[in-house]
Amino acid sequence: MTDEQNIKIKVDSICKVFGEDPESVMDLVHQGISKSDLLEQTGHVIGIRDVSLDIAGGQTFVIMGLSGSGKSTLIRHFNRLIEPTAGHILVDGVDVVGMNQRELKEFRRSKVSMVFQRFALLPHKTVLDNVSYGLFISGMNRKKAYDHAMEQISLVGLDGFENHYPTQLSGGMQQRVGLARALATDAEVLLMDEAFSALDPLIRNDMQSQLKELQARLHKTIVFITHDLDEALRIGDKIAILKDGELRQVGTGTQIMLHPADDYVERFVRDVNRSRVLTIGSIAEPVDGALEGLPADTPRIREDTMLDEGFRALATGSGTAIVVDEAARPVGVVTPKTLLEALAG
Amino acid sequence: MAENFPELIDTRALRIGIDDGFNWVVANYGEALEIAFLPVLRMLTETERFLQWLPWYVVLLALCALTFVTTRSWKAAVGVAAMLFLIGLTGMWDAAMATIALMLISTLLAVILGIPIGIAMSRSDTLQAISLPVLDIMQTMPIFVYLIPFVMLFGPGKIPALLATIVFAIPPVIRLTNLGIRQVDAEVIEAVTAFGATPRQRLFTAQIPLALPTIMAGVNQTTMMALSMVVIASMIGAGGLGYQVLQGIQRLEVSRGLLAGLGIVFLAIIFDRIAQAYGRRSQQHLNLGD
Ligand SMILES: Nc1ncnc2c1ncn2[C@@H]1O[C@H](COP(=O)(O)OP(=O)(O)OP(=O)(O)O)[C@@H](O)[C@H]1O
Ligand SMILES: [Mg+2]
Repeated sequence: MTDEQNIKIKVDSICKVFGEDPESVMDLVHQGISKSDLLEQTGHVIGIRDVSLDIAGGQTFVIMGLSGSGKSTLIRHFNRLIEPTAGHILVDGVDVVGMNQRELKEFRRSKVSMVFQRFALLPHKTVLDNVSYGLFISGMNRKKAYDHAMEQISLVGLDGFENHYPTQLSGGMQQRVGLARALATDAEVLLMDEAFSALDPLIRNDMQSQLKELQARLHKTIVFITHDLDEALRIGDKIAILKDGELRQVGTGTQIMLHPADDYVERFVRDVNRSRVLTIGSIAEPVDGALEGLPADTPRIREDTMLDEGFRALATGSGTAIVVDEAARPVGVVTPKTLLEALAG
Repeated sequence: MAENFPELIDTRALRIGIDDGFNWVVANYGEALEIAFLPVLRMLTETERFLQWLPWYVVLLALCALTFVTTRSWKAAVGVAAMLFLIGLTGMWDAAMATIALMLISTLLAVILGIPIGIAMSRSDTLQAISLPVLDIMQTMPIFVYLIPFVMLFGPGKIPALLATIVFAIPPVIRLTNLGIRQVDAEVIEAVTAFGATPRQRLFTAQIPLALPTIMAGVNQTTMMALSMVVIASMIGAGGLGYQVLQGIQRLEVSRGLLAGLGIVFLAIIFDRIAQAYGRRSQQHLNLGD
């Protein structure tokens, strides 16, 4: 199925202006006034300017940008914790902005759930009560809610901690409670606002791996916010880059790495260890008759191998390696020169 | 002679206006109000009678147990027992029970009224902007000023004493309920909203539990203010330890005034201990993220 047919969330020209009377400055915003000029002239702050996105079902969609670029503001539109000044959000074709209070409540209880940067657990409730919170407030009986919550607690690897209080857990464990709480309602859409940013690097790595494993099993639609490109490349199927509330580029990690749309994106990309995020396939030179001339023992590398794992294959043999797809069909070749060029950016 | 302040408006007319207006209310509604407050009066007298009917050691043990349960300290419990014993020893037991009854009932009513007002204030910035100066005025107004209108409405007795005590003691619980709810971590409130909590569920599952330590601090202050009001309230017929102090002054019996005063101090210490310890306990699991 192509992305076009499988759009789960459609963000349609969302604008958000903070201030006394946002409507009154919308004309200026549409005319493209800069964020600082608008603030100086009218005292209004642009949070999001005319952002449109299509997010496919089952995808992990990462939104990234520096502090103040409007990431949190944008993601809070998806479950309408923030009302847009203009524009629409469609989830499964239903406009979230047009929902009344009752519909919105049902939508939040069943369709979409959220994980927060600083965990946002209820400190007076146990892990079990926190995880079953979403089920409990939507009126599920306690026994059933607990049974279901226990499954999620297992899923995130917190067996045995169900009767602990959040303060008795480490940061990583607390965020796993946050994740379990979000999974418990069986929502199809998972919103994660810098969910791992408050954790230290090792724990953060674990959490990223765990999220990828869970996602491989659960196939949720995940909208993940981060300011860290490494994290974005690691878990994102697609990445959108925001600056000052505007969308700068949307694409796969490789597209963004290889063809940054502008200087801003370029600067993000520069500091990334390219050998860990680019695949051999993305830099392979297409084969044309040249394949015949190669010796029979030329090493072969799968196209989805990361560059850093390809070094060894290239180091052995004559210096050229054949890139193959899943079915072992040759799709191209790499040489140390192509590899070095790719690393140099 | 210094120059007098010029009489720009006729204050006499203004004062007469206010007084006449108030008299009119007294004349027309005084009786209706008195009837309306009869159940409250009954509640107060029954509580007082019940506490005085209970054998002294039952009250003493109950308060000791309460102290121990909240503070988990034997020393505090023994201290409470000693203070209550001294109150009994100096012949102030019944007066102390009357004071406790007035304090309990007025605190109870202040809390029942104050928490919803505080919650309403936390939800509306306009209401907060209006209420805060009113609370400021209520807290700076000399205590005696409260007595005048209530005595005029009801005549001297327990009802005006109770009402004046409530009005005097209610500001902290309103103020701190409002503050406590406003200080709850915004991300936690976002989280419960994101999971589809209704405003009512938000209030009862997140805002009130997380604001509880602050609200309890308010209840604590309200209790203390109610206790400090009992001496003044006794002047308009509330009875209790305050009345003993008053009699001590009137008859120039220093000993009586001193013993009753000591009793008031003891009660203040006891209830302060209990309320503070309770506030701390409810805070135990609430230091997330610090
Ligand atoms: N309630 C608000 N009132 C006024 N301005 C706001 C409000 N919320 C956000 N903003 C402004 O909108 C812009 C985007 O803020 P936002 O919190 O979405 O950024 P962010 O990308 O999430 O940053 P961070 O990485 O620091 O979390 C900022 O300039 C911020 O000052
Ligand atoms: Mg943010």
